[in-house]
Amino acid sequence: MSEATRKAKTIKGETGDWEMVIGLEIHAQVLSKAKLFSGASAEFGAEPNAHVSLVDAAMPGMLPVINEFCVEQAVRTGLGLKAQINKVSVFDRKNYFYPDLPQGYQISQFKNPIVGEGEVTVDMPGGESFTVRIERLHLEQDAGKSVHDMDPRATFVDLNRSGVALMEIVSKPDMRSADEAAAYLKKMREIVRYLGTCDGNMDEGSMRADVNVSVCRPGDYEKFRETGSFKHLGTRCEIKNVNSMRFVAQAIEYESRRQVDLIEGGGVVEQQTRLFDNKNGTTRAMRSKEEAHDYRYFPDPDLLPLELDDGFVERIAASLPELPDAKKARFIGAYGLSAYDAGVLVAEKETAEFYERVAEGRDAKLAANWVTGDFFGALNKDGKSIGESPVSAQSLGELIGLIGDNTISGRIAKDVFAIMYETGDAPSKIVEERGLRQVTDTGAIASAIDEVIANNPAKVEELSKKPKLIGWFVGEVMKKTGGKANPQAVNDLLKAKLGHLLGE
Amino acid sequence: MSDLLKLSLAEARDGLRAKSFSSVELTTASVKAIEGARELNAYIVETPEIAAKMATESDARIAKGEGGALEGVPLGIKDLFCTKGVQTTAASKILKGFKPVYESTVTSKLWAAGAVMTGKLNLDEFAMGSSNETSHFGPAINPWRRGNDATKLVPGGSSGGSAAAVAADLVFGATGTDTGGSIRQPASVVGIAGIKPTYGRCSRWGIVAFASSLDQAGPMAKTVKDCAILLREMSGYDPKDSTSVDMAVPDFEAACSRGVKGLRIGVPKEYRIDGVPAEIDALWEQGIAWLKDAGAEIVEVSLPHTKYALPAYYIVAPAEASSNLARYDGVRYGLRAEADDLTEMYERTRAEGFGREVQRRILIGTYVLSAGYYDAYYIKAQKVRTLIAEDFNRAYETCDAILTPASPSPAFGIGEKANDPISMYLNDVYTVTVNLAGLPGIAVPAGLSKDGLPLGLQLIGRAFDEETLFAAGAALERAAGFSAKPAKWWA
Repeated sequence: MSEATRKAKTIKGETGDWEMVIGLEIHAQVLSKAKLFSGASAEFGAEPNAHVSLVDAAMPGMLPVINEFCVEQAVRTGLGLKAQINKVSVFDRKNYFYPDLPQGYQISQFKNPIVGEGEVTVDMPGGESFTVRIERLHLEQDAGKSVHDMDPRATFVDLNRSGVALMEIVSKPDMRSADEAAAYLKKMREIVRYLGTCDGNMDEGSMRADVNVSVCRPGDYEKFRETGSFKHLGTRCEIKNVNSMRFVAQAIEYESRRQVDLIEGGGVVEQQTRLFDNKNGTTRAMRSKEEAHDYRYFPDPDLLPLELDDGFVERIAASLPELPDAKKARFIGAYGLSAYDAGVLVAEKETAEFYERVAEGRDAKLAANWVTGDFFGALNKDGKSIGESPVSAQSLGELIGLIGDNTISGRIAKDVFAIMYETGDAPSKIVEERGLRQVTDTGAIASAIDEVIANNPAKVEELSKKPKLIGWFVGEVMKKTGGKANPQAVNDLLKAKLGHLLGE
Repeated sequence: MSDLLKLSLAEARDGLRAKSFSSVELTTASVKAIEGARELNAYIVETPEIAAKMATESDARIAKGEGGALEGVPLGIKDLFCTKGVQTTAASKILKGFKPVYESTVTSKLWAAGAVMTGKLNLDEFAMGSSNETSHFGPAINPWRRGNDATKLVPGGSSGGSAAAVAADLVFGATGTDTGGSIRQPASVVGIAGIKPTYGRCSRWGIVAFASSLDQAGPMAKTVKDCAILLREMSGYDPKDSTSVDMAVPDFEAACSRGVKGLRIGVPKEYRIDGVPAEIDALWEQGIAWLKDAGAEIVEVSLPHTKYALPAYYIVAPAEASSNLARYDGVRYGLRAEADDLTEMYERTRAEGFGREVQRRILIGTYVLSAGYYDAYYIKAQKVRTLIAEDFNRAYETCDAILTPASPSPAFGIGEKANDPISMYLNDVYTVTVNLAGLPGIAVPAGLSKDGLPLGLQLIGRAFDEETLFAAGAALERAAGFSAKPAKWWA
């Protein structure tokens, strides 16, 4: 949908309508075996302080050395966001004191990030889509973890995360509702998972977002987009470290309403860093602008500027997988799927791959219906992922094939699928063993029809007054054939024999 | 025995190889001399057991006809280099008792070449100082005195312990580090040689950081040739230091006998500084004459931005230091002061753990990096740095090396400048430009002051052209024929 027709979420206030403006800073942990500047493992879930090198613990005289793979992952992500890759970028030190920050500074990229402007197309559940402009992506170190609740008097520090590589992906303030923000986060998660640059695992904290929210009057946002001047927008508050799509949406709803109530009550929104409380869905002030740290950024003298050669970027570009947008377009174009079905199928790379294996050489639309219908339904019921499915893509494809060549009917196929799901057996085996092959022998069907007609003269009588009764005859014939009769053949033959009663 | 200690490092090495004496003999003499010279306070930690063990192992290797370039030679290590299992403090209370579980790259290389460790040498706290007076362990003392005057003099700094130990014939060489002159100025005021190589020549891995973009390790020894022998073993690319440079390490020792015929030696007019004692300029003139006599061509060069070097240095170095020293926070190792909450713990730990000069530089550095001042100070200083580097590049279009004084005065008395930071900072006036430009510089002992104290001259070279410095430095050394030794007053 175009920017012009796109409607922002309206907040009804006592003094009139308000709109929300949202930008996200997503912190995505780089999928890498080792940390950004040390060789220590970046794996999740180890014993506290099991993955800490001398560099991570900031021992005297230790020096950072860039992990080239993490650089590659950032470039790959940048290319996936259709963003500018900066051939020269600089690592800066962001200075502040905290026990889980051993160096006393975080190595980040401030003025010269590795990735510049890009954009992401976000699909909404209704089928429409909009664009979020990406401002930048930079690489930085994660901090460790402070544990305050193990001892009443002491804080414990776990440095396993200290030094793990993060990509901070900063959007422009291009989202206008909580749903849009959640959809953007979802889309970003899809992209990084496709690229293999982040596992997108929000439960484990490998993806989290700082959410910037402000409110303005209708029309102001458009002025902002025209002029680029933030003076048209309200003062923003930043909600730190929100770690699920649902919480992002909740935090935005709460925070925008809070700001409207505050302004309408005669107050002023102060630029603040706020915390989201997921127990009651509210946000609360963490620190004001005045209390904000002066991070004293300066280029890290232990690291040279990061210079990428053309070949490096080209090699990564050449190895880029097909991304969700392109895949969706191809599914619509090549398979004739609806935008909705295509969207559902490409949401996860694994699903899309599964679908393509099912559909290969078969009725693609039928395959899509089966994957998104019975197949997903069965998995969801059991809470199973596609990787845990007892039915392989090959088997499901075979089943679609059996429907396609009229070996079985669609209805029988549902029974066969249930058995496949239960036993893991191949559909052809099930069909053969249980004699489920469809009856297309018109002689056999015709004699079944004759039998039904002969046994039910009253119904035949009734048929001329109630043409809908033909469905009853179909059902009786199917019963007689154990459901194996080809429904089309049954219909055709019934019409041939009783059509005169229907006035045809 | 103690005559052995009067040998140069080259002579000791050759004698060991020829089995004229053993490493155990040499090391025992060194250890005894160190014990006898505690009044100099050159050592923070003596490691006689480690020395004895290493010497025995060296002798075994020599007996088998094996051994490295420094096999069996006793050395001292500035206490800024992390040494595995041996206390490493940077002369700061905040690291008192800290024993690293790792060994710095430079010292690892020295041990791999067969050198013997005698202990950890005193320095200014975190290498911040020009007199060794900021050390938490008290100042190292210069073995030299003004004639019969018993006034205790500083050995320069920050590598003051290294300078004192070598000048007093306790060891054959020592490691130093040089951020603004910390090898060359002390070498100059104790009458020994010392070279700060090109930035990137030696790995900084395992050296306690002061100002990362300026810090560089280098050797201090009795002669230019001894420095050449040591530097070759200390140098080399280290993948653990992103700023170390992957370049072949030349045979520096061989370069010492090249001579200066055909070399063009630049003399920068901006290094004639008002208020500097006449004897400093006189020695400089003498140095020019010596090199000319030895066959060099003397050319006048201009380094117009020299006067901005010291102010720029005192922005860049504290800025980096303020960040580098943030890790000493009482959380993981080193001193931790008792306190009721986190902020108080930070404040008290750092107030108790850092001395006044270190605190002063952390404050200056924090200030120049803070919002609203960053552009006016830090960015401006970086621009000055570029201009200074360009000055040198232009000068090297007409010369191959540059001759200057190494220090603006001979050794001064302990306490004389301790309360005047600006005059203390001026000690680096001839040397900081070299660090800002990342170039190599060597200090060579060249004469005595009117009070009978050593004075040195400095040669500055092109990046990665230490060989020319060794060639010209050795020529200067030969011409000066500096052979004076401090009269032994200690023990």
